[in-house]
Amino acid sequence: MPPAAPASRKPKTRSTATAESMASMQREISVSEFFAKNRHLLGFDNPRKAVLTTVKEAVDNALDACEEAGILPTITVTMLQTDETRFKITIQDNGPGIVRKQIENIFGKLLYGSKFHRMKMSRGQQGIGISAAGMYGLMTTGKPVKIISKTGKRKPSHEVVLKIDTSKNRAEVVSDTEHPEDDQFFPEGHGTIVTIEIEGKYQKGRQSIDEYLEQTAIANPHAEITWTSPLNETVVFPRAMQELPPEAKEIKPHPKGIELGTLIQMLERTEPTSVSSFLQKQFSRVGQRKASDLINLAAKKTTNTLTPRTRISTMGHADAEALYKAIQETSIMAPPTDCLVPIGSKALLAGLLKEVQAEFFAASTRPPAVYRGNPFQMEVAIAFGGNLGREDTARILRFANRVPLLYQQSACSSFKAILETGWRNYGLTQPKGSLPTGPLVIMVHMASVWVPFTSESKEAIADYDEIRKELKLALQECGRKLGTYLRRRQKMKKEAERRSVFERYIGEIATACHNITGTDARALFVALKKIASRKTEEADQRLDQDGQVVDTRDPLEKDDDVIILHDRSGEDGDVSDSLFEDDMPSRKLPRRGSKAAKRTVVRKKKKTSKKR
Amino acid sequence: MAKKKKTTKKTGGRASRKGPVSEKRDLETIASIDKLADTITKDGLKGRDPSVEIPLRTVTNMNWNKRKRILEMGDATQSRELFNVGQARKFMQTVLLAKGCKDLIEAQKTLSLRGMYYMSLHTIEGTKEKTFNEQSESDTVLEDLEVGLGGLREELHVFAKKRGTMVGNITVVDNGDEIDCRRMGSGGYAIPSICEPSVLQFKKCEAKFILHVEKDTVWSRFNEDRFWEKHNCILTEGSGQPPRGVRRLLHRLHKELGLPVYCLLDCDPWGHYIYSVIKQGSINLAFESERMAIPDAKFMGIRSDDYDRCGLSADVRIALNDRDVTRARQIADYPWFKDKRPWQKEIKKLLSNGFKMEVESLITKDISYVTEVYVPERLKAKDFLD
Repeated sequence: MPPAAPASRKPKTRSTATAESMASMQREISVSEFFAKNRHLLGFDNPRKAVLTTVKEAVDNALDACEEAGILPTITVTMLQTDETRFKITIQDNGPGIVRKQIENIFGKLLYGSKFHRMKMSRGQQGIGISAAGMYGLMTTGKPVKIISKTGKRKPSHEVVLKIDTSKNRAEVVSDTEHPEDDQFFPEGHGTIVTIEIEGKYQKGRQSIDEYLEQTAIANPHAEITWTSPLNETVVFPRAMQELPPEAKEIKPHPKGIELGTLIQMLERTEPTSVSSFLQKQFSRVGQRKASDLINLAAKKTTNTLTPRTRISTMGHADAEALYKAIQETSIMAPPTDCLVPIGSKALLAGLLKEVQAEFFAASTRPPAVYRGNPFQMEVAIAFGGNLGREDTARILRFANRVPLLYQQSACSSFKAILETGWRNYGLTQPKGSLPTGPLVIMVHMASVWVPFTSESKEAIADYDEIRKELKLALQECGRKLGTYLRRRQKMKKEAERRSVFERYIGEIATACHNITGTDARALFVALKKIASRKTEEADQRLDQDGQVVDTRDPLEKDDDVIILHDRSGEDGDVSDSLFEDDMPSRKLPRRGSKAAKRTVVRKKKKTSKKR
Repeated sequence: MAKKKKTTKKTGGRASRKGPVSEKRDLETIASIDKLADTITKDGLKGRDPSVEIPLRTVTNMNWNKRKRILEMGDATQSRELFNVGQARKFMQTVLLAKGCKDLIEAQKTLSLRGMYYMSLHTIEGTKEKTFNEQSESDTVLEDLEVGLGGLREELHVFAKKRGTMVGNITVVDNGDEIDCRRMGSGGYAIPSICEPSVLQFKKCEAKFILHVEKDTVWSRFNEDRFWEKHNCILTEGSGQPPRGVRRLLHRLHKELGLPVYCLLDCDPWGHYIYSVIKQGSINLAFESERMAIPDAKFMGIRSDDYDRCGLSADVRIALNDRDVTRARQIADYPWFKDKRPWQKEIKKLLSNGFKMEVESLITKDISYVTEVYVPERLKAKDFLD
């Protein structure tokens, strides 16, 4: 081919930019602006989700604040329709309140907060949520955010109206009113009220505010939440536990959990000191010995001299990298786990019992584990039977640090763990590659100092192997208990049938034998009936899995992590008969009306209008 | 030997005058029923599982006695237990029927199988369940009881629905009534279901052989043509698979009067099996073979080569279906057919023909072809399958 050079030189019409002209266009983008454009990253993708996210951020903050201050949370959420697509959302808590000068920062600045820089278990993480909600409200309705806060009985309450300046990532105070001390805003003398008006949509059902609050109540049985919807219906989720969960401890990062860049940054930012004391002070699980070990190992990987006493200011990039490698190669004790506050089996059960009308409840809390140097702990609770839908697939309730996760279920690590669990082993039906079906609710909770979400809108837990493994173990533990229960129920039914078959014919046989030989029909009847009872009794007693003769009480009933409401059982047919046909190791069954059956839990829940 | 009466009524179980069985046998039967109930009672009162031993009536518990050339029941028994969910109901039924039989014997009456069913039928107290759902249930349990007690159905004073007809040069005494089988009109003598010597005796017999045909229609043809008179024989019919009464009668005629038995049956696996039952005994009643089987019985026809030999029209062919084919292969495989080359050839030919024929197909040649040509030719040539 001949070169077409002359022609291709021509196009001069295209404007060319120079480095200078380009420089004039280059400027800083504020975080607020970025998020204003990428609102979906924060959970404001659509009008319905926007209202939910607003409520969620405010409630999460309120719960965090109350718990940190040691106050049993009482939260009121009110949603008022002001226009066809406009809603005024007000969230009131009885928390410690916010000091006046922090109000602008907290509500008007993105990425401002107390939680990002520390390793502590809390609901909020980045400090984006509530200010983003305010920003979204301002953008869609032009209405500023109103905050009323009071920090104590003797203190005045401040009413501040804020507008967010997205370009400067700063709040603009529209008005600032100081109310007298004896205002009637807060019955307990402290708390915060946030009012945000936003463009949105209210709809009940899945992924609604109703569902979010219901689940929040399950995971936070120590909180009382009152919810008034735009339809002016009020639902109260009462407090099921009168004590606060223990306070989570703050921990230092674990050496294994940081990346090289972070390590270098820490080295640069820390006060001048020796490497040894840097390691000991900045990280958890590094003592003098471990620090020396790390440094000595690192010294072999760099050409510079590196001793425990080397000043960190003299360390170069190569030294940092050597230190990083040394950390990876050394085994270091797992991070302390007292920083984790699981909901706990008891509270999990209390929460589920309150909100789910099932017949069987089991919970399991795993011991703490570590992913990427971050301690975490998985908990699972399940509810089965009762009024739950028999034909539906299992309902999954996901929580991270007690916050319900409503979106992106299938992207979540928990979803995968549930799929991978063999529910058929526990007597449920599970189509290949999907969730189990049956009257089942699975509740999953991850407690961690840092929950690895797949996005900033905190909707799904990232799929780390360690997390999934722990989850599966917890699921299996609950599943086994459910399996035992279902088998027993099945067995009980079978035994009762067996006995009735025998007893049905005994009368006939006794009479016929009497007619043939003239024996006492009554005596024979009684004798045969005795054998029948013994036969069926024998079949259901025998030995448990460990080869022990099971005592008369139901072993599951003794398990603190299991609750069985006998008055709700009785309907059958949710388990396929063939499953437990012959191979069952039989155990002692609770007979209806026995002592065990009386252990019923009083339901405290008031009428709530929920549809599942 | 006690004679005594016994009318055979179709169903409904009408009782008769006096028992069909000797007093001694009756006492023995009652004793074994008593023993059965006694064992159950003792076991029950001692807290043991009551059970009844019942000999197995299955193919697996059936032996081919090569020397006697009959089927015999093996020794395997099955324990029927009360405290076994699968057997409890049957156990109850067994005891009920045992009681029913004892009542019958004590009253010196007999009942049909259906009568027995009604006798023990009632709703179990406190339930909606009936002791028997249908007659077939009580029939099998009664057979179990029969073998379990080591008695015969007749000894339990129970009889089956009567089936089968006889005519010929013989006089019998049935329940005291003398019956001349030469003067039975067009209907013939109905063979009673109990043909024990106590009920039925042979008086005067000139017949030289017995021709047994498969069913009533063919039998009528022979009777109308007075075949038995011309050939001096006895003509019987068993309405398909012959009932016990017919088999017992054939057996006695053969054994006591030394008459050979020739069978004229359809050319299909079912006809072959009827022959097999007459000759060797049935699997279900293997315990009675000794009293029923006629190892010397001969198969006259019709045979698969008759289609060509007699020049039958293609219209008489009935195509073999899958079931026929399977059944034919099964029969060919029975040990008593296995080493008989003519039979193997016959079945092979049936299969290769791909069709079966009924005896009636000979009518296409001529109305009386079967009585005037076919059978006389075979008799003359002594051409039988054994």
